[in-house]
Amino acid sequence: MTTLSLTQVQKRFGAVEVIRGVDLSITSGEFVVFVGPSGCGKSTLLRMIAGLEPISGGELSIGGVRMNDTAASQRGIAMVFQSYALYPHMSVYKNMSFGLETARMPRAEIDRRVRKAAEILQITPLLERKPRQLSGGQRQRVAIGRAIVRDPKIFLFDEPLSNLDAELRVQTRVEIAKLHADIGATMIYVTHDQVEAMTLADRIVVLRAGIVEQHGTPLDIYNKPANRFVAGFIGSPKMNFLDVIGANRFNLPTRRTIDAGETLTLGVRPEHVVTGGAAEIDLGALAIIHVEQLGGQTIAYGRLADGQPLNVVLEGQRRINAGDSLPVGAMAASCHLFASDGLRLNS
Amino acid sequence: MPAAAAASARAVQRDDLAGYGFLLPWLLGFLLLTLGPVAASFYLSLTDYSGLSAPNWVGIENYRRIATDDPRFVTAMTVTFTFVLLSVPLKLLFALGVAVALNKGLAGLSFFRAVFYLPSLIGGSVAIAVLWRQVFAGDGLLNQALNALFGYEGPSWIANPSTSLYTLVLLAVWQFGSSMIIFLAGLRQIPQDIYEAASIDGAQPVRQFFKITLPLLTPVIFFNAVIQTIDAFKAFTSAFVISDGTGGPIDSTLFYTLYLYQEAFTNFRFGYASALAWILVLIIAVFTALSFLSARYWVHYDD
Repeated sequence: MTTLSLTQVQKRFGAVEVIRGVDLSITSGEFVVFVGPSGCGKSTLLRMIAGLEPISGGELSIGGVRMNDTAASQRGIAMVFQSYALYPHMSVYKNMSFGLETARMPRAEIDRRVRKAAEILQITPLLERKPRQLSGGQRQRVAIGRAIVRDPKIFLFDEPLSNLDAELRVQTRVEIAKLHADIGATMIYVTHDQVEAMTLADRIVVLRAGIVEQHGTPLDIYNKPANRFVAGFIGSPKMNFLDVIGANRFNLPTRRTIDAGETLTLGVRPEHVVTGGAAEIDLGALAIIHVEQLGGQTIAYGRLADGQPLNVVLEGQRRINAGDSLPVGAMAASCHLFASDGLRLNS
Repeated sequence: MPAAAAASARAVQRDDLAGYGFLLPWLLGFLLLTLGPVAASFYLSLTDYSGLSAPNWVGIENYRRIATDDPRFVTAMTVTFTFVLLSVPLKLLFALGVAVALNKGLAGLSFFRAVFYLPSLIGGSVAIAVLWRQVFAGDGLLNQALNALFGYEGPSWIANPSTSLYTLVLLAVWQFGSSMIIFLAGLRQIPQDIYEAASIDGAQPVRQFFKITLPLLTPVIFFNAVIQTIDAFKAFTSAFVISDGTGGPIDSTLFYTLYLYQEAFTNFRFGYASALAWILVLIIAVFTALSFLSARYWVHYDD
């Protein structure tokens, strides 16, 4: 069932168009992640859904009702801000109850909801504290608690983990995933971190310059990026891109015939580079420039014979040193071919 | 190594000396022009010094008379407290109102900010007090306007003891600029996303103002209140100019400082005036201390 739909939604700041006709529909209970580089419009789009930013064109509907001009508080959404935006002068309890009090909910019901949310988030002992007495991770929970008590149709998260340290970020990421599984609400989550996107999302929406470049399940996007931008943005380390003339030497199945002289880009993820002789597509010898030993993986940075850079991720601990030469190649199934306009060519 | 340590100790001493050197001009001024006279005034407050003959020690006689036998002291206190209790809240309310309006993202903010600040720059001056007298006099600007608009023949607002103090209150409120600037800075400090969170929580602008803005502004309100209260207790120029130094009509604008001035420089009772000055210091100190004591119950500090 569709909970939220965007139809040709646009946002203009004066003459500048930052969201350029976005179409999207989100089903009930789905966890959707908007991802893209900074300035791509992902936060703006989220804020338009929240009602914090007026919609310049197109239609937003939530639960089948047009919401373009509805006040933020009436849209059935709740939002967790990047900075948490807790009310600094109110206790944790008050932070969570403020919206319900504003809506003149009976006191007993407010208390029930606040305590239940506190229990879910394990912040019951903190209810009487002020935000300044909390750690970053605890503030984060309170911000999520404030969203939960509203019992919204849709949760909106605006880069909620970016103010946490690395360890806490991973931990909270897992907790948010668990929260989604427990309460089953629709969630829209904005991040620039593709790992967060891959790990949390049922569906990823990749944005660039106000346009949806691709949306699909994390593995869809990883396996079949629609264009060179998506291919480069999703996956870490980044996909290798090699300029090649004509595609026939690779024998990749393509959507259209390729001119012999056409310049194309071959994309191979570092983890898909094959060393040794088993490769279907031979890329020649890689002159190693730098090696990183991560323990579980070995990352090698090098250049091909024609000078193009290529990075390789190898499982396990490999004895490779700068200055070595490594025969590299790839299997056809894990290669991507992009036309000069960036669009994916191979099917 | 010991030689090096000694050398570095000498270097530190040299640095210290340079520091005190830079401090000296201010320190001299403070000792000679502030601390000296303050100490002297305390001594004089225990004498009958007239400025014409040598002071004679009278002990606490001056303070006893102030406390038990000085109707003009009571008048001055009444006038001053009325002035403080009216002008400070009104000024703060007005300053906050204008600051909130300006903070709404008005075009030309810096222009209006400067315009509203102007009275504070010039308002304390003698010239403005003279101008004020012209505005509120019997044939002044205000009455001319009232006459032209409503055909109302107004009284002389400054010559009427029941209105004269209020013209001074008005003059003080008009100088709301510095409080307004501080309020504006305080309003700018409140993060926008807190308001966004509040609007998602359904709080309308009025509720946002009372539940978010006002509580988060309490440190600034407190600061302004203390500063303006101290200022109001010390108010002098406007009353002096408008009443020609008399505090009239019939002592209705007899500010405490004006009474003190009259005792010292009109009646040549420097000893008595010194005692009055120390009472004022005490009153201001008590007021400030009470403010700070009360602050813990209503001022919200973020960190």
